[in-house]
Amino acid sequence: MSMLHTVNKSPFERNTLAACIGHALPGSAILLIEDGVYAAVRGTSHEDMVRGAIAEHTLYVLGPDLLARGMKPEQVIEGISVVDYGGFVDLTEQHERVQSWL
Amino acid sequence: MSEPWEEEGPGTIKKFMYVNRKAPYGTIYALESLEVVLIAAAFEQDVSMAFLDDGVYQLKKGQDTAGIGMKNFSPTYRALEGYDVEKLYVEAESLAERGLSEDDLLVPVEVMGREALAALMDEQDVILSF
Repeated sequence: MSMLHTVNKSPFERNTLAACIGHALPGSAILLIEDGVYAAVRGTSHEDMVRGAIAEHTLYVLGPDLLARGMKPEQVIEGISVVDYGGFVDLTEQHERVQSWL
Repeated sequence: MSEPWEEEGPGTIKKFMYVNRKAPYGTIYALESLEVVLIAAAFEQDVSMAFLDDGVYQLKKGQDTAGIGMKNFSPTYRALEGYDVEKLYVEAESLAERGLSEDDLLVPVEVMGREALAALMDEQDVILSF
């Protein structure tokens, strides 16, 4: 079973997402939460990095954190799945371990 | 006898700029900045707010915090006008990097380039950073 990585920082403010992508093994899952959700939105200067990650990993974004920040699921880059809190729980259950990138 | 904070005499108006560089909700900075601005508004100073870097996200339209159990404080930015805080400056480069435009913002603002904003910062008597 693979790792579930969570990233909770904006890619504009910290290199947390880049560090996560650099260390996550192919096939692992990356869930964007809190300020990390900004990376999931289309049209940012980090879009290429995120699209590169989608090719190697399964990406998820937490819906309630997106909505709180005024972003809509329709604005999310294709290939990233929007999950709710129940989906977050399911992901932790489906993966052996969780690694939090702070 | 005058109090220390009155040293420069009554009627001295200083230029205060609040510089906002953090996204809302992930940290407490954005909310704290708003609280301080509203308190400071009572002192009738020349107040402006600048939004740059992730601070531009504070003004994003359509925030709905019902799902995260936090207070949505974004309507407060629309109330600032009522406290004579009317100068809101947003950095164009910060919007562009984030794929945002002026239409994405919930209040009327003045969008300006980094160079112009830097010049404006240089004119201030006091800069408070959040």
